[in-house]
Amino acid sequence: MDITIHTTVLPHVDPDASVAFYRDVLGFEVRTDVGQGKMRWITVGPAGQPDTSILLAPPAVDPGVTEDERRTILEMMAKGTYGWILLATRDLDGTFERVQTGDVEVVQEPTEQPYGVRDCAFRDPAGNLVRIQELR
Amino acid sequence: MCQPSWGCARAAAQRLRDLAVLRRVRDRIDREYARPLDVEALARGVHLPAGQLSRQFRLAYGKLPYAYLKARRAERAMVLRWRGEPGVALTGRSPAAVSSSGPAGPARATGKRRPAGSAPARPSAAPERAGMR
Repeated sequence: MDITIHTTVLPHVDPDASVAFYRDVLGFEVRTDVGQGKMRWITVGPAGQPDTSILLAPPAVDPGVTEDERRTILEMMAKGTYGWILLATRDLDGTFERVQTGDVEVVQEPTEQPYGVRDCAFRDPAGNLVRIQELR
Repeated sequence: MCQPSWGCARAAAQRLRDLAVLRRVRDRIDREYARPLDVEALARGVHLPAGQLSRQFRLAYGKLPYAYLKARRAERAMVLRWRGEPGVALTGRSPAAVSSSGPAGPARATGKRRPAGSAPARPSAAPERAGMR
């Protein structure tokens, strides 16, 4: 078998704000952008790594999601307990410095964790936690 | 159940905005718990009366902001103690106030989980157990 991890999905509530975060703050390229209004599906990813993407998608639009479930998902996103992703970089301090100069919510400055990694964390505009780990 | 209407949509949108404010408060605790920080300061940061912030925070996250802050500090104190690092005073709590037995101690061994930061049921210092994890 030859399987790669190709795309992971994070929800957005304001597609333009999410694109601005991943493109302008994290420096990702925008690969596809389909749909309109709030119903947009946008793939982004780091330049030079075309095989791995994040799909920014509208949340809870599967017709099988009930209205109650949809409300719960939106509330969890708003309170910051829904989506999250783990990214990595060799230059954690430089990345943190560059990202925090943007208009972003910092959750954690670069910190040595007791479980043996060093990382920092931000919120994307939809409330997803974006944790960035140091490669070493 | 809320019927779809403009009023309802406005209320739902306001609720999401309120939750996002609480998220920023919680993130601020995560970011700054090792510094001097209290509920008054957290409330000032989001322009809410402290009592209102506390109520809303508990509804959203199941515990008062002060309890969340205390738990984060206790967690940090335990980590520092396990590592044997000095400087737990930075967290604003002494390790003794956090737990005299640590999570590997009797409280867990008997299956009685005690939230981090709460007082131990009985003094049962077992410092030699710290660092065994």
